[in-house]
Amino acid sequence: MEKTRRERVDRGLKARTEGIYAVSSFEEIIYLVGPRLVLIAGILLLPLILEIAPYWKRVVNIMCVYAILALAFDFLANYVGLVCLGGALFVGVGGYLAAIFNVYLSCPFYLSIPLASVCGAALCTVLILPCLPLRGVYFAIVTLMYPILFSRIIEALNILGGTNGISGIDSFPGEYIEEYAIIVAMLAALFSMRRLVSQDVGLVLRGVKDNDQSIRASGINVTAMKSLAVFIAALMGCFGGAYIAHLYMWAGLSLFALDFSIIPIAAVVMGGGGTLIGAVIGCFILVPLSEFLRFFGAFRIVIYCVILTAFIVLKSEGLMVYLQRKYHQFERVVKV
Amino acid sequence: MSETVILSIRGVSKSFGGLKALVDLSFDVRQGEIYGIIGPNGSGKTTLINCVTGFVRPDSGRVFFRDKEITRLPAHKIARLGVTRTFQIMRPYYTLPAYKNLIVPLWSPRAKRHGGWRGGGKHGDRDTVAIDILEEIGFERDSRVPYKLAATLPTGYQKRLELARCMALRPDVVFCDEVFSGLSMSEIAGMIPLIEKLKMDGVTLIMVEHRLRELFRVADTVMALNFGEKIAEGDYTEVIEDKQVKEAYLGKEGV
Repeated sequence: MEKTRRERVDRGLKARTEGIYAVSSFEEIIYLVGPRLVLIAGILLLPLILEIAPYWKRVVNIMCVYAILALAFDFLANYVGLVCLGGALFVGVGGYLAAIFNVYLSCPFYLSIPLASVCGAALCTVLILPCLPLRGVYFAIVTLMYPILFSRIIEALNILGGTNGISGIDSFPGEYIEEYAIIVAMLAALFSMRRLVSQDVGLVLRGVKDNDQSIRASGINVTAMKSLAVFIAALMGCFGGAYIAHLYMWAGLSLFALDFSIIPIAAVVMGGGGTLIGAVIGCFILVPLSEFLRFFGAFRIVIYCVILTAFIVLKSEGLMVYLQRKYHQFERVVKV
Repeated sequence: MSETVILSIRGVSKSFGGLKALVDLSFDVRQGEIYGIIGPNGSGKTTLINCVTGFVRPDSGRVFFRDKEITRLPAHKIARLGVTRTFQIMRPYYTLPAYKNLIVPLWSPRAKRHGGWRGGGKHGDRDTVAIDILEEIGFERDSRVPYKLAATLPTGYQKRLELARCMALRPDVVFCDEVFSGLSMSEIAGMIPLIEKLKMDGVTLIMVEHRLRELFRVADTVMALNFGEKIAEGDYTEVIEDKQVKEAYLGKEGV
């Protein structure tokens, strides 16, 4: 009996569009920018489409915040080699700072969000700085501890509103500003991240993951590079936190909830680590899914876990890696 | 070769638990020479490199580079002064093309200062400079080799890449940790002119080697280590005739 096997071959278009000939025909330009355009246009149109189901607009906003957090996690874990579970720390610090700037110092939202992002990122970087020499799971545990530490301190000392939180934060002036602020920020974060990792400084950061000894031998301070990476990630996370504070008009202990650390990881695992876009796609599936499952009450966590486990077992490479392969390559059956 | 001492090691000791890797070791390296270090396995050669380049902190003793003490400096600061090293176990940035591997050293403050390239300008961007350096070190410019992923390069090219990473920093002193090991005779024959060219460019080389014949072709001074102690130093003809060196390599009965 003749044996056959399946082999994968790059599509001709893929091979051609890698070089400088990418813009030689309309078809090839579409091949290159098509997927990106679909994504951008789709997200930008989402608030208009969801006029028919206004409840889901809120979900889209939160989904974009999670997407930013997942981007930050993917960047730190798969490009710089720091497994950082500090999503909740970033969101909490960003949210509380936005509340402080807005309520106590009466900055308008367009000042308090950027200020909270930058100051929060600086604060988070200083906090994480002492544990940068730690690796892998040890680093992860320390970053996981910080949000818990913060919420306990706020609870125990009854500062910053204690368990009631800080209320009375300004909301956004309009619904569309509220939605497009986060959508545009998310797209900007996605594409600037993709740009960053192929820049020279991005290559140095990737070098830190591959071989930090050789980075040191090249006269580059590894700790400085790692803190730069943490700052970039924290900037994105704190922005998300500041946005949430203004969205809910309230900053409370739930901003330090572990959801902000865990869901981005699940999204990255599902979407495919190291692809950046996979982190966003993962959030676009997981967050609405968990919202949808709310109808099932307490049973939802079981369904959520089953779906997540199924994904990890059956498509452990991640959704995006799988899709990219299908897009760039085709399979054919050949005789052995 | 001048008589100026560029690197001076004074009484360096290092022990790992009960194991004494280096015992009160002192030697001088003169500007522009090729200084060979030989010794059996476990005699402390790589530990010596680690101690001098700041990857391991010596327990006692001092290291001077151009009469400036560098003993307590962190590795990246020593590299910025111009004392660089290659690694015995090559670990290039596997996921990057060969020439992109050089972006990292070219991005460092020392390369920026010496090369004058900050991206753009008359020197071209870092990619251009990287390809120039690779060509100098034996990567054919017009071939596909510089653009291949570092993981797919043969050992000989990976060794060259490791050396190129040092060269990108425009170093004054290079520690070569066994650059000849694992190479075929023809690959070594290709490496030796590179070493000699570096010497002609005024770079001081300190070569730790197991391949004695090849080392003796290029080295000006040779030092032999055993159990972390210096047992002989001088011209290679003196060193190989030394009784202690013979004992270290062949055992007492062998001599």
